[in-house]
Amino acid sequence: MITEALIVSAILFVIGVVGVLTRRNAIILFMCVELMLNAVNLSFVALSKLHGVTGQVFVVMVMTIAAAEAAVGLAIVISVFRHAGTVDLSSLKLLRG
Amino acid sequence: MTSFFEFQFLLFSVLAIVSALLFVTRRNPVPAALWLVNVMFALSGLYVMLDAPFVGAVQILVYAGAIMVVFVFVVMLLNLGRSGITDLRALGARLGAGLVGVCLLTMLLMSQRQRLPQMPSAPAIPNVVTPVATSLFSDYLVAFELTSVVLLVAVIGAVLLAKKRVRA
Repeated sequence: MITEALIVSAILFVIGVVGVLTRRNAIILFMCVELMLNAVNLSFVALSKLHGVTGQVFVVMVMTIAAAEAAVGLAIVISVFRHAGTVDLSSLKLLRG
Repeated sequence: MTSFFEFQFLLFSVLAIVSALLFVTRRNPVPAALWLVNVMFALSGLYVMLDAPFVGAVQILVYAGAIMVVFVFVVMLLNLGRSGITDLRALGARLGAGLVGVCLLTMLLMSQRQRLPQMPSAPAIPNVVTPVATSLFSDYLVAFELTSVVLLVAVIGAVLLAKKRVRA
């Protein structure tokens, strides 16, 4: 069962990576990052069945940091939207030479 | 009994993966967010089946209840819920991303296959929340307190970043 959980975790992580690489909407990118964090959390929980409860403690920490990251990231997205009028990442090329 | 357990585990796994695929292919951010909530619920079920009911409950409360609500709130605040033109990158970038995904998945699965010992499933512990709490409030107390500081800083930073600029 641990093996299956790790396989599911790997698949979810890869789906998140592909989402980050293929989408341009900043909010969907953030959601893909959340999906990747969740995949890693699943790995932690599955391995905590093998190695004791430390993995579950890590998951709690990861969730806290993910909440902080979502709050700050979405505030940045709001700020960018106010500045540029869009959240499409390909139209934000202020630093492109 | 065992087969029913395995069937449920498989059900939640398939639910998570299918919801994740639907999430990543939706064009409109609001259905994407709702499919991601579905992924969170499926993962919560998997956590409960992996003897971590506390993490499962926190998953629903924090992810499905708080983080995704913030996402949907921002989508609606910025009025992005219209399904306009697609935000997918060009075909070459998509093919490259698919290649990267296949390579990464192969790598992850190979490394898991090599490292993971085939353990018999551990006997179910009657009380699974107490060890987590004991560990969290003794061994990892400093980290736990530091996360509260991180949350405070994040909240203040979010308010400062998102509030309207006052012209000086």
